[in-house]
Amino acid sequence: MSLVDTRTPDPKKFIKGATGDWEMVIGLEIHAQVTSESKLFSGSSTQFGNAPNSNVSFVDAAMPGMLPTINQECVRQAVRTGLGLKAKINNRSIFDRKNYFYPDLPQGYQISQFKDPIVGEGIVYLDMGKDGEVEIGIERLHLEQDAGKSIHDQHPNMSFIDLNRSGVALMEIVSKPDIRSSEEARTYIAKIRTILRYLGTCDGNMEQGSLRADINVSVRSPGGEFGTRCEIKNVNSMRFAVAAIEYEARRQIDILEDGGKIDQETRLFDSKSGKTRSMRSKEEAHDYRYFPDPDLLPLEFDDEFVAALAKDLPELPDEKHDRFVSEYSITSYDASVLISSRSNADFFENVAKGRDGKLAANWVINEFFGRLAKEELDVSNSPISAKQLGGIIDLISSGDISGKIAKDLFEIVWGEGGDPADIVEKRSMKQVSDTGAIEKMIDEIISTNPEQVEKVKLKPQLIGWFVGQVMKASQGKANPQAVNKILKEKLGL
Amino acid sequence: MSDLIKLSLADIQKGLKAKKFSASEVTSAYLNEIDASNPKLNAYVSIENEQALSMAKASDEKLAKGTGGALEGVPLGIKDLFATKGSHTQAGSHILDGFKPEYESFITNNLWQDGAVMLGKLNMDEFAMGSSNETSYYGAVINPHRASGSNKDLVPGGSSGGSAAAVSAFLCAGATATDTGGSIRQPAAFTGTVGIKPTYGRCSRWGVVAFASSLDQAGPITRTVEDSALMLSSMAGFDKLDSTSVDLAVPDFAAAIERGVKGLRIGVPKEYRMDGMPDEIEKLWQQGLAWLKDEGAIIKDISLPHTKYALPAYYIVAPAEASSNLARYDGVKYGLRVNGDSIDEMYENTRAKGFGAEVQRRVLIGTYVLSAGYYDAYYVKAQKVRTLIKRDFETVFNDGIDAILTPATPSAAFGVNDQEMKADPVKMYLNDIFTVTVNMAGLPAIAVPAGKDKAGLPLGLQLIGKPFDEETLFAAGRVIERSAGLDFTPKKWW
Repeated sequence: MSLVDTRTPDPKKFIKGATGDWEMVIGLEIHAQVTSESKLFSGSSTQFGNAPNSNVSFVDAAMPGMLPTINQECVRQAVRTGLGLKAKINNRSIFDRKNYFYPDLPQGYQISQFKDPIVGEGIVYLDMGKDGEVEIGIERLHLEQDAGKSIHDQHPNMSFIDLNRSGVALMEIVSKPDIRSSEEARTYIAKIRTILRYLGTCDGNMEQGSLRADINVSVRSPGGEFGTRCEIKNVNSMRFAVAAIEYEARRQIDILEDGGKIDQETRLFDSKSGKTRSMRSKEEAHDYRYFPDPDLLPLEFDDEFVAALAKDLPELPDEKHDRFVSEYSITSYDASVLISSRSNADFFENVAKGRDGKLAANWVINEFFGRLAKEELDVSNSPISAKQLGGIIDLISSGDISGKIAKDLFEIVWGEGGDPADIVEKRSMKQVSDTGAIEKMIDEIISTNPEQVEKVKLKPQLIGWFVGQVMKASQGKANPQAVNKILKEKLGL
Repeated sequence: MSDLIKLSLADIQKGLKAKKFSASEVTSAYLNEIDASNPKLNAYVSIENEQALSMAKASDEKLAKGTGGALEGVPLGIKDLFATKGSHTQAGSHILDGFKPEYESFITNNLWQDGAVMLGKLNMDEFAMGSSNETSYYGAVINPHRASGSNKDLVPGGSSGGSAAAVSAFLCAGATATDTGGSIRQPAAFTGTVGIKPTYGRCSRWGVVAFASSLDQAGPITRTVEDSALMLSSMAGFDKLDSTSVDLAVPDFAAAIERGVKGLRIGVPKEYRMDGMPDEIEKLWQQGLAWLKDEGAIIKDISLPHTKYALPAYYIVAPAEASSNLARYDGVKYGLRVNGDSIDEMYENTRAKGFGAEVQRRVLIGTYVLSAGYYDAYYVKAQKVRTLIKRDFETVFNDGIDAILTPATPSAAFGVNDQEMKADPVKMYLNDIFTVTVNMAGLPAIAVPAGKDKAGLPLGLQLIGKPFDEETLFAAGRVIERSAGLDFTPKKWW
């Protein structure tokens, strides 16, 4: 591929060096495990966590005479993902063999796609907050087999092999070298993960290895020629990605500023030391001897196949974001928070439907998400439902309870459950808007506090003291607006 | 009893149906003959006495009830390349030592479903790489045919040398074989038997140990054209587990054998007339054309201009695929393991010990032609040649040619341990000169015994057909067989 610079250098992202400013250039290869019942070329289960070597067919173990047969569901998932990345879908693609020897690669080759991938160029938009929107190009997406797992710590001089993962379908999503900071890289991974999760094509679980990234990093003087890159393999958390990029960029800058040059090589990130170290040099790189797999015909489908998948595609994060902004009149920032996952977005919509969008967004983001995070829960195991939260908001909107009481009510519903309206009724939490009752309380406070009445006439901001007294007398249930209004009249302010 | 083994597969079928003899009797007769002959001929690498007799018994029960499949009770030999559940499956190689699969190949499963009986596994060139059956880890197979007045051992051809020798010497009623560059047709020609390589995709490759996936195709070796048709009808068929298998109904091939050749246009490719080709081969070819003409065929001179590039291109494509297909034999999962101090050393030790010289040569060639910097010059170019070869055939078939007649081999069987061929592997590779083009184009072709050389050794003719038109090959092959009217029974010396 020819490298094209699509970005304007942004001084905010420059790294200060001894000899001047430097700019990072980053490209990512994300390996995403395809959500499917069975493997890419065999009927074996893809279930995680089963006993070693229990999800292994004759094909996965590369028994003599066994042949791969393509799993159509994996093809559909790859096409769905391509559509989600707004990418070109290639109606004809080819599976190639990538040849190398490794004990957890039973065939002695990985079936991958080399020259003709199933998905071509696409675009991903990153919301970088106040820095605005950034467009990252997708170079390609291809399907390939995962390898098995080598276990080295079970025997002093032998390794054990678990082939459960051998042959599981992966999508390799290759970005263009459009990323210019570790924060953009983090946001890019998060965005890809969100898109995959929306589509249901990868669970995005980085801890289990369902999503991992190879990160290509180089540095250059801002806007200059692309530098020599190093590839950091198999980074399996966003935090590590940021740390690896920061370390690697600094390492390269130090070498260049000392008059050295960067060797193109593959490196590993050690999360304990926070450093990257050399894995193999360009000279040691494998010659994979790619050639079309003669066991598989070219993968072909027609436009109708793609159209049918496009029709059933769920609403994607970008579209949902824009709809939330226009439909619920919420800020772009709030919309970004709400769409971070499909279930979060759905929860919000269930709360916001037919209610004040801004109020709903405020409650969902601040009270609800905040509380979930604190308790390490998520929407799926939340003790409070969208209906209950909606009920609380209804009580605020109708003036039955104040925002402050609403927070108490939220606590009660969170801890004990129940219908918010019933709770408010039974526990007499309704705010008092009856002006007669409020007037009576105010009259009493004015008559028992003559000195304060004198003071407030000179210093009107002292009205807060009276409000506090009324709220105290009403156990917080007096409607604050009504209290204010009547107080002002009675005190002649 | 010894007469039973000389019956054709078709006559065994008839005799069994008419209850003239039982499946157990035919099976025992073959097992006895194998027992007596195999030490000399080395056609079988594994003899499955018990399994054969129990399968025969089951067949007899079915035959008694008047049920049973198309090949019920017919004893067959199976090339060691086919996975047979629980029995010897080593592709003639040391590296698969002790390997007994837990699965049955699609083709052998078809045969057992149709009631056939497995006598044992047949010797072959290691991983089907060879033209003389001398590369087998289990030693050379000896051709049952000898030149008259000579006691020199001859090769049966390869790689399906065990299949051809066993059929020729009456050690089975028919045998499965495979053909990547001529491995069915050349041994058939060397042993006076009939061998058909069907169209690529006609028979499933599932469970057949791979040599070169885009060229490998299984087929039968039998004593008659009719037997060939009967066996292929059972072996062929669509298999969803082989992506290159073609979803086409399998015709009743046996129904086609007496169709004759009247009005068929038979092509004679001028490029197959090679310098230094023995007169006997040329004469046989002309004789074959005359027979077909006598029966009403129209003989046409044709040109297949890219023929001369077929062999070199084949020796790029086939080793390239083989180098990758054989990567799985690494000592990690099954078969031979020769330990070492590191994983790389274990790989090296295992593969050095487990693979014979010819397999190593082809793995090296294949690795070389796929390497960075050479891929375009070799592999890509060879694929282009392949396309041109295919186009050559398409052109003549589009021009109305129904089948093409050529010699099957450039010579009769040669001696075991031939020093000239040993010194120059390319000489050995030239055995495939008339057969490889067919694999490169994926076409069906049949080798039919048609004559004998001065020394009385069998010679074969090859008929090449249109894709999925094996029926025409059986019809024309039957005409040659009938016109030749020769007995290819080897004179027993063993």
